[in-house]
Amino acid sequence: MRRIISMLLENEPGALSRVVGLFSQRNYNIETLTVAPTEDPTLSRLTVTTIGSDRVIEQITKQLNKLVEVVKVVDLTEGAHIERELMLIKLKASGALRAEIKRTADIFRGQIVDVSSTVYTVQLTGDSDKLDAFIQAIGKSSVLEVVRSGVSGIARGEKTLSV
Amino acid sequence: MTAEMLSGADMIVRFLQDEGIEYIYGYPGGAVLHIYDALFRQNKVKHILVRHEQAAAHMADGYARATGKPGVVLVTSGPGATNTVTGIATAYMDSIPMVVLCGQVPSTLIGEDAFQETDMMGVSRPVVKHNLSVRDPSEIPVVLKKAFYLASTGRPGPVVVDIPKDMTTPNERYEYVYPKKVKMRSYSPPTRGHAGQIRKAVDMMLAAKRPIIYAGGGIVLGHASKELVDLSHQLNFPVTTTLMGIGGFPADDKHSLGWLGMHGSYESNMAMHHSDLIVAVGARFDDRVTNATEKFCPGAKIIHVDIDPASISKTVQVDVPIVGPAVSVLRDMIAFVKEDNSRPDKEALSSWWKQINEWRAYHGGRYRTDDSEMLKPQQVIEMLCKITEGNAYVTTDVGQHQMFTAQYYRFNKPNRWINSGGLGTMGFGLPAAMGVKLSFPEEEVVCVTGEGSIQMNIQELSTCKQFNLPIKIINLNNRSLGMVRQWQDMNYEARHSQSYMESLPDFMALAEAYGHVGITIRKPEELEEGLRKAFAMKDRLVFVDIYVDPHEHVYPMQVARGAMKDMWLSKTERV
Repeated sequence: MRRIISMLLENEPGALSRVVGLFSQRNYNIETLTVAPTEDPTLSRLTVTTIGSDRVIEQITKQLNKLVEVVKVVDLTEGAHIERELMLIKLKASGALRAEIKRTADIFRGQIVDVSSTVYTVQLTGDSDKLDAFIQAIGKSSVLEVVRSGVSGIARGEKTLSV
Repeated sequence: MTAEMLSGADMIVRFLQDEGIEYIYGYPGGAVLHIYDALFRQNKVKHILVRHEQAAAHMADGYARATGKPGVVLVTSGPGATNTVTGIATAYMDSIPMVVLCGQVPSTLIGEDAFQETDMMGVSRPVVKHNLSVRDPSEIPVVLKKAFYLASTGRPGPVVVDIPKDMTTPNERYEYVYPKKVKMRSYSPPTRGHAGQIRKAVDMMLAAKRPIIYAGGGIVLGHASKELVDLSHQLNFPVTTTLMGIGGFPADDKHSLGWLGMHGSYESNMAMHHSDLIVAVGARFDDRVTNATEKFCPGAKIIHVDIDPASISKTVQVDVPIVGPAVSVLRDMIAFVKEDNSRPDKEALSSWWKQINEWRAYHGGRYRTDDSEMLKPQQVIEMLCKITEGNAYVTTDVGQHQMFTAQYYRFNKPNRWINSGGLGTMGFGLPAAMGVKLSFPEEEVVCVTGEGSIQMNIQELSTCKQFNLPIKIINLNNRSLGMVRQWQDMNYEARHSQSYMESLPDFMALAEAYGHVGITIRKPEELEEGLRKAFAMKDRLVFVDIYVDPHEHVYPMQVARGAMKDMWLSKTERV
């Protein structure tokens, strides 16, 4: 099952490599990974999406907790949560295609953030399925380049991940 | 009070003094010369110069296993540091507290492929509990305190500290204050088990009909032997230990079934398989214990006590997890048992013991002496145990001799059985014995080894001479890599690919060349006299080279991919 695991990490050199190293060392897989400092500059928030059985996920969270520089770990998929990913996608856009892409982008609430005579660059935010759906709707033949940020997530309601 | 002003190098040595470190093991080189100069200018911390850095790590490891305190290693950058990696990994797999101080090229050169530069932070990362790098000399006391704190608390383990040379420059001085404590917001080892869970476990224990306690290295590391004995006696429960837990429960206690797993005792493995309740304490359900996990102890509920939550339900799903130090959880269990009036069903327990005693009688550690003119390795260990009265500190290397020692030497006290259980490191035994002997000069320290393993760190005979370490080396010489050969006999139709040791040195002459005493034993009738002669030489290192039957196998041996009860008991008997 796909899970979103989010953690607070000491913002120190080498901390990220411990997390990534743990995944490869113990044969866990990483689908996406994002990391950036939080409002407290001594802490980074790191989010990975991974796939595994309940038992594997339990091991992943336990092993992450064991890393000395990991301050807190949460499996967001255990509760209600919001998941977002940002995509920048460069599309062939000439002739009749230009209007078509604009319409599709509007439907998906995307924005065209860069324009040339033959190319549109669209910015799109949403959960990963929505981004996949957009690419499918546009058709792979129009796609020149895709950049995805990886998943970020946050729990719904009062729950917070903080020190 | 004004703080002292010290250079980085002096701070390191001063910190070790303040931390109460008596010995460090190491080898000098360019990146640590400032530190070695600081060592030279004092005499509190004694430095043991090894002949290969791997041995420095094993010495520190042996010291740590015998004393329970972290061992300290000092090596230079690059090859000095990488040579310790096997030693660090050995300590990591067995959760041994150790601090390894590695020199590094000056911070200004890091990343430039400078002379003797290796990314030791990256190299060591998968085999350490944690590693730390010094980025400013003023941080040295706190960084070192963190290293010792991390290494020795919670589930212990090795910690590497990477020290760039410019952090130790002699003429740059900083304020030194010994930090008595450090706090880390992201690290808080558990101190007590959950009372509700412990109560639940005790209720299950009181209702059990075929219980068994399965105790691991955590009993030894966590100083919980006394509590383990107490609990077992309170409840009349049988106890089996892991290879790492040997000595954590007295071998001569009538509740002891010996150790379990691949080469464990017949009665241990049978009792585990047929139990209805397993109380696992400080053990980790290693693959050498469980055999095929899907066939593991089908009728048993499992209680698992461990200080490391990640060890719980890792390979085998448990029913009652308890996270906490073995000693405090066992004490809580004993308290609950004492205040509870109910006791396990007497009749059920006595028929369980009857069954166990039948298993004991059936195998009982038998081996044959009538199928060869040569000495059997088992005989040697039994004689060794007799002559040392079971009181020696015994280290081993890895292979058949290790298993025979674990089976036939009777350990009644913790911390005296010292072997590389998790990683299985050949070359461990001699330096580990040196680390023990240095700290326990009055105790008998024995390294049981084989002619394969001993050659992996034999250069340390020179260190033994320099620092006068009169250990006894028992070399079970079967002219082959015995365990490899055994597997080849059993699984590869006796094709002995590369398991034969040709051109062996004359070990007696070799020992003498290093300035020690050599004794060779070739016949059964020479055994007792030869060993007594060796142990009579209290102040000499004696290398006893003993020719043993190369055809001997270690039994019992679990059948691959079977249940715990599926074992070979001899070359021809499979149960």
